[in-house]
Amino acid sequence: MSRDRYSRFRKFHQAKWDEEIIFELSVPGERGVLVPKAEKEVAAAVGDGVSALAGLKRKKAPALPEISQMRLNRHYLRLSQETMGTDVNIDISQGTCTMKYSPKVQEHMAARHPGITEVHPLQDPETMQGILEIIYKTEQIMKEISGLDYFSFQPGGGAQAVYTNASIIRAYHQSRGDLKRDEIITTMFSHPCDAATPNTAGFKVITLMPDENGFPPIEAFKAALSERTAGIMITNPEDTGIYNPRIKEYVDAAHAVGALCSYDQANANAFLGIARAHEAGFDMCHFNMHKTFSAPHGCMGPATGAVGYREFLRPFMPVPRVEFDGSRYYLDYNCPQSIGKTRSFLGNFGVVLKSYMWIMQHGAEGLKEAAICSVLNNNYMMQKLKKVPGVVMYYDFGVGKNRLEQVRWSWEKLQQDTGFGTTDVNMRLSDFGIQHYWTSHHPWVVPEPFTLEPCESYSKDDLDEYCGVLAEISRECYEEPEVIKGAPHNGPTHRVKHMEIDDEELIAVTWRQYLKKKGLKK
Amino acid sequence: MNKKQIVYPYIPNSVPEVKAEMMKVIGINDPMELYEREIPEELRFKGEMQLPEPIYDEYSIKRHTEELLGKNKNAQDHLCFLGAGCAPHFVPALCDEVNGRGEFLTAYVGESIADHGKWQALFEYTSLMAELCDMDILSIPMYDGGTAASSSVRMANRINGRGTVLVPEKMNPENMLIMKNYTNSMPEPDIKMVTIKCDGAGLIDLDDLRSKISSDVCAVFIENPTYLGSVEVNAEAIGKIAKKAGAEYIVYVDPISLGVMEAPANYGATITCGDFHSLGMHLGAGGCQGGFIATYDDMKYISEFKDLMYGLSETSVEGEYGFGEVLYGRTSYGSRDKANEFTGTSTGLWAITAGVYLATMGPQGMEEVGTTIMQRSQYAAQKISALPGVEVKTGGPFFQEFVVNFDMTGKTVAEINKALLGYKIFGGKDLSLDFPAMGQSALYCVTEIHTQQDIDKLVYALNGVVSC
Amino acid sequence: MKKLGVIVNPVAGMGGRVGLKGSDGDEIQKKARELGAKPESPLRAIEALKVIARLKDQVEIIAYPHEMGADEAREAGFDPRIVGSISSGATSPEDTVRAVHDMVAAGADMILFAGGDGTARNIYTALGSGSDIPVLGIPAGVKIHSAVYAVNPRSAGEVTALFLEGKAVNIREAEVMDIDEEAFREGRVSAQLYGYLNVPENKKYVQSVKSGTRSEQAEIQGMAAEIVANMKDDVIYVIGPGTTTRSIMQRLELPYTLLGVDVVLNKQILANDVNEQQLYDLVKGKKVHIVVTAIGGQGHIFGRGNQQISPRIIRAAGKENITVVASRDKLTSIMPRPLLVDTGDPELDRELSGYYRIVAGWQDILIYKAGLE
Repeated sequence: MSRDRYSRFRKFHQAKWDEEIIFELSVPGERGVLVPKAEKEVAAAVGDGVSALAGLKRKKAPALPEISQMRLNRHYLRLSQETMGTDVNIDISQGTCTMKYSPKVQEHMAARHPGITEVHPLQDPETMQGILEIIYKTEQIMKEISGLDYFSFQPGGGAQAVYTNASIIRAYHQSRGDLKRDEIITTMFSHPCDAATPNTAGFKVITLMPDENGFPPIEAFKAALSERTAGIMITNPEDTGIYNPRIKEYVDAAHAVGALCSYDQANANAFLGIARAHEAGFDMCHFNMHKTFSAPHGCMGPATGAVGYREFLRPFMPVPRVEFDGSRYYLDYNCPQSIGKTRSFLGNFGVVLKSYMWIMQHGAEGLKEAAICSVLNNNYMMQKLKKVPGVVMYYDFGVGKNRLEQVRWSWEKLQQDTGFGTTDVNMRLSDFGIQHYWTSHHPWVVPEPFTLEPCESYSKDDLDEYCGVLAEISRECYEEPEVIKGAPHNGPTHRVKHMEIDDEELIAVTWRQYLKKKGLKK
Repeated sequence: MNKKQIVYPYIPNSVPEVKAEMMKVIGINDPMELYEREIPEELRFKGEMQLPEPIYDEYSIKRHTEELLGKNKNAQDHLCFLGAGCAPHFVPALCDEVNGRGEFLTAYVGESIADHGKWQALFEYTSLMAELCDMDILSIPMYDGGTAASSSVRMANRINGRGTVLVPEKMNPENMLIMKNYTNSMPEPDIKMVTIKCDGAGLIDLDDLRSKISSDVCAVFIENPTYLGSVEVNAEAIGKIAKKAGAEYIVYVDPISLGVMEAPANYGATITCGDFHSLGMHLGAGGCQGGFIATYDDMKYISEFKDLMYGLSETSVEGEYGFGEVLYGRTSYGSRDKANEFTGTSTGLWAITAGVYLATMGPQGMEEVGTTIMQRSQYAAQKISALPGVEVKTGGPFFQEFVVNFDMTGKTVAEINKALLGYKIFGGKDLSLDFPAMGQSALYCVTEIHTQQDIDKLVYALNGVVSC
Repeated sequence: MKKLGVIVNPVAGMGGRVGLKGSDGDEIQKKARELGAKPESPLRAIEALKVIARLKDQVEIIAYPHEMGADEAREAGFDPRIVGSISSGATSPEDTVRAVHDMVAAGADMILFAGGDGTARNIYTALGSGSDIPVLGIPAGVKIHSAVYAVNPRSAGEVTALFLEGKAVNIREAEVMDIDEEAFREGRVSAQLYGYLNVPENKKYVQSVKSGTRSEQAEIQGMAAEIVANMKDDVIYVIGPGTTTRSIMQRLELPYTLLGVDVVLNKQILANDVNEQQLYDLVKGKKVHIVVTAIGGQGHIFGRGNQQISPRIIRAAGKENITVVASRDKLTSIMPRPLLVDTGDPELDRELSGYYRIVAGWQDILIYKAGLE
């Protein structure tokens, strides 16, 4: 049966396998794979090998399951079918995450070419010129995109990149003996890592709350600045999709008191080729290569946070740096003021490779086109969603005012009218073959929030289908509450009894802990 | 063809007619109008990005990238004896099959009602790792072993409030750099890293440890096997010293060793951590690392984890499994700067892969792979130590890696490794930069993938290199 | 079966629509009726009770007769158990007090009331400060300075239903405040902080503190720790009223007054529960630092419940020596409106307007605006 010709809804049902937890599949004696054994001669020369461990020889074998290969393959493929990746759904739901299509040519290259899969990170640089060249060239590209002077791809994710920047701010002030600077300023609508990572790096964090415009007024920002300010770490556009037009004033005011300015560009997809960290005056920035430059999210990683700096911060960058002497690429460890490392080796090169390929398939014009289409998609959706009963758009300044690449929406009205809030709608969404949406980081400044980011990967038809589904769920909330109450109906599982588990008695993060809590013997 | 008319295969709405239709709905004539009221003129970039000429078609980008990657030598066309935290291992085909599935590859933070399979696969990862470590609690994975080790130290610091961590002076230098930065603070480090003396094989000097332990030590951190491959035979004694001083005992392991080596939990470790790269990941130029921390079932530890935890729960349907977030307030998603540390996208796909690996290997597989590694690495050490002027510096049992000293050959490791390339061999990691006192030493890594023939070839090549 | 006490102050809110600023007192009510005022609170009570009606087989409603609750409960579909007696059409604050006593005696698990600050105060008076029975207000009065109300009748109903079902509900201590209506009608505001009631709130809406490891109590203790860690020697600290500021005194292990102003010097108690003159005598010519919290539903930092800290005392300290403590939840609940200052001195109010560093926890600073309404 195809999609309904008129409503355009799918009669969707996700795979539901009621799959056992893997330990429950175990049959003593079964094998999943056989592993190489030492040759007779080797064994003759060294014996069993493990007697040497003496007291440190493992006494009791780990209680891993024993499962033959076909059953294992089936188990994991069933689990994959119970997972709604971007590849199988209109993944607009996960606002702030930029769920792009990751072109298969890139995936195949990263997963199959021995020139990456079988390269050891500590090989002689002479033997990994191709990898160093791609890193170097990607650095040159990122310099153009941001207007800053140096990049590193070492951080293994966005939060780790922001942490790296917090570490750089610390190293900079420490190098100058300016030790009283122990405060970092951020805003409530910046990603939580802009508050959490400076805290981990040893700073006190000051958070600015938004006013009726959706971002903090410059006066509030100035009230937070002082000779103790080490830096500011903010997102722009923030997770509301609103670009703070006065950002340069913030940066200038921060510089005036001697602070550094770090730009969280997790939302950079909105402005590739249109606005840059350089013009806004920032000293450093980061990009999520796994969002903005198409690498997939892999159930939360591997990822790459590219970190960029102005010239004067180069001495503090993580080691090693990839350099080019005109004929050969090499690794430079000679950076005495460096923060050291935040992630081992060269970071997640596979993510850099995919990003490089994606950028090369678009060029300067294509990157700009991606940004424009993501903003176009968002504003198109905005027109449609504003008309959905129960939906409220906070900080809506009316005709002629737009959002960039995403919107933090609210079901506040729906909640007042019907009692159903954002969580209830979310439960129903997957019944239509759509990933549940991202509400908001905490605290929920916008009540009953949901955040949608329809990046350039999605066609007009996708957007129409998505908006149609939200409108249908809204209708159900008003007219068929029973449908909402029982949702999800068509998923691999049902409403979890405890979506958040804080009670010690209920905590079971491993199978053995679960059995213990249930009073079952292993 | 006019550039403006390019329709990008990954940007469906770059079709001009579609774009025009959408603009009509929004009420604009030019997409740039969307930016005009949002981003002030002076903040907009007026120039053009000077990027390389694009390569539009799929075949050509494939060729272009293949040419670049083709410049890399690799462990398929060379014999690789490099380890140092990224050892070459056998990767069961099932691992690649599962992590290549588009559903896992492209999923992200969906809740269990839509991403039930992802939650289950990650729950199985923590469960399987718990068995391997013989501990009860793990979170969703971390970036790599270095970040796991560093976070373990911060956990210890939060648990007992003490400000010094004791680490081996010959610990993994990559991890040392990561930990140094991670324990730093403003204006000065809030956890002081103090090194304990080690012998030439990286084993802890117990007297030095006893002289440095105090009531200010939050944790004693050791590696087992050590970075230099040795089995820390005094591991239990070290744990007793730590425990007596009221410190946490953190043991960093290579998990592939745990089929044959005792789990740290069983010789006194309160926190086990490490990098699970060895469990089913390719070398990947260093991009397939993943960190884990394991502890006991005690709220004292559970509440100090920094990353997400997926808890097995029930649903509205009797007998059905479901999953929920455990103690979300620990994470920065839940409480911003009041979180334990910070939380973010790390290495979910590799964690699922490690789970596949452990389930595929089973208890027998893990014992067998450990045994093969021990036999072959001992065989290699035996053979290499017979070479003239070459000394293998093991202080007792070792796992997978061992130090080879070339001082007596009059050659540097750099020279030897260059020469080995001629034999299509990647020699062991040069230790002379990180540990100059060790002279011209290299860290050789031999695993289950190295056949007797491979080892014999290495020995033959080394012999040729050192005796010429 | 759970028992819910329902109290409707049938005349609450009557004054507001006709511009009378409050409805306390027979004269005013008469005047309000003459001006055409109609009772608002019964309608609001019915709206809230209809939400709870889905539990009507599991919940028993205990109500006073007629318009004080019985009528509204029936209208919403309940069959209430009637206690007490009133003279319909001429109810008084004393009726509210008696109703509370009777409901407690009847074993009510919770009290839901429709009214304003006067009603809240009557309930508080009847319950006394030691009571732990949860109370929730359906906002229906002219004056709602207290923090004991849900945001609207529907959510009052929802939270009540969740509480009665034993579902995830948070209990917080909320201020009961009331102002002198006579003065209010003459344009002066003089609000008193009378005490605290236990108010249930839906955990779904408690967002910043999501889990057991970061409880509200821990958050308040964190604020206290942050304040104490930054206390300077030889500076007189004026600690305003409230549960948040109380935790500072507890951390210092000093005696405190929940509803009054305490004074601290070098972490030792200088005086408890001072009045304005006593306070002025203590701080005159000295280095002074004032610590206050956002009081009441509207978040006043000056002028409600802490009038002892008068303009001349605030001036003696100076704006830069004022620390405001408030939780993230509190600020989120009043956002984007500012915290309020109403010292009675318009010029000082203007001077005090601006951005403050708000202490929201240990090493947790938010920047937020304070100003005029």
